[in-house]
Amino acid sequence: MSEQVSASVLDLVGNTPMVRLRGVTAGLPERVEVYAKLEYFNPGGSVKDRAARQMIVEALADGRLSTDKVLIDSTSGNTGVAYAMFCAALGIEAHLVMPSNVSQPRKELIAAYGAKIIFSDPLEGSDGAIELAHQVLADDRTGRYFYPDQYSNPANPRAHELTTGPEIVRDTDGRVTHFVAGLGTTGTVMGTGRALRRLAPAARIVAVQPDAAFHGLEGLKHLESSIVPAIYEASGHDQTIWMGTEAGWAMRERLGREEGLVVGHSSGASVEAALRVAQGLTEGVIVCICCDHGDRYFDPRKLQRGTSAVAHV
Amino acid sequence: MAITIRIPTALRKLAGGLDKVSAEAGTVREVIAALGLSHPALAAQLLDEAGNLRSFVNLYANEDSIKELNGLDTVLKSGDDLSIVPAIAGG
Repeated sequence: MSEQVSASVLDLVGNTPMVRLRGVTAGLPERVEVYAKLEYFNPGGSVKDRAARQMIVEALADGRLSTDKVLIDSTSGNTGVAYAMFCAALGIEAHLVMPSNVSQPRKELIAAYGAKIIFSDPLEGSDGAIELAHQVLADDRTGRYFYPDQYSNPANPRAHELTTGPEIVRDTDGRVTHFVAGLGTTGTVMGTGRALRRLAPAARIVAVQPDAAFHGLEGLKHLESSIVPAIYEASGHDQTIWMGTEAGWAMRERLGREEGLVVGHSSGASVEAALRVAQGLTEGVIVCICCDHGDRYFDPRKLQRGTSAVAHV
Repeated sequence: MAITIRIPTALRKLAGGLDKVSAEAGTVREVIAALGLSHPALAAQLLDEAGNLRSFVNLYANEDSIKELNGLDTVLKSGDDLSIVPAIAGG
């Protein structure tokens, strides 16, 4: 069989392409190279496929997960899509706890994979979804749930240590000088950073955070005002760039018009941060992560109020 | 004409820890103006320097996004809720 033929959707994750940015980088020296790694080439359409696959594969291997279990986790959307996709392929039931204001395209994707959504209070944000997942688990008397807990599971950063980091080193011929990505679960920065410190030790690891607790950079976490993920270590990155919502959104718009890349909000923030890193360099190879495509971001017209209501969309 | 404003977790610190505050107002614009007087730090999170609603701030009059209604001029009646809904973060 050709290597283009895979046994399962689980085998289609990773090896995403990088593209050199030429429009939004106008004015930078030719020897300052900025690359976007396009994670929407993953089968579920986001970087979260990597972490979800690793968490599932490790749990299947050691028996925490099997086809008679139900996978449950809280998610802001992309990890939920990834779980739903892999669970469908593996014949495992999935229940996903998400704030009810998650975008309609995400709800529809998850429903298309046959997973169940449990809605949490939109005003409580992602932390409300985490707390509701804990409550569902505490109330459960069946013992049927497997809770990967993406915010605490070392398999999340390990996915990036095993794949994202080595891919960047391979695809830059080891020349990468800066790695830039947003903090959400923090798995991408922690794991990729770990790999780069081993394989390209001169590279600086740059994390991007929203500059305020109330922001519009969907997918990114303002750690100071949030439940800090257990997998996060401040020593896992060399620098933090604080990003305003408007600056991230403006770059997202430019990426569509000037690069042909329609991406999500966090990708706009990531590229804007990469360009700030690039300013002042005379040479360098900067790789930033574009987490997902822009077609998943539309605010719901109706607010669903009830918490803990199990709903099929 | 009391409107109940539902405050998201991320902004409660700026509202004295409250999850709801009420305001006498007839439109969304008037609610925000009232908030500017009673909770200026909170209102500052919602508005840009020119006093317009920041583009990423999602407000819902009862269940409906004000973007689908009449924006800041959406009329509210006594007993209505106005919810300030945050972006979804992380994972």
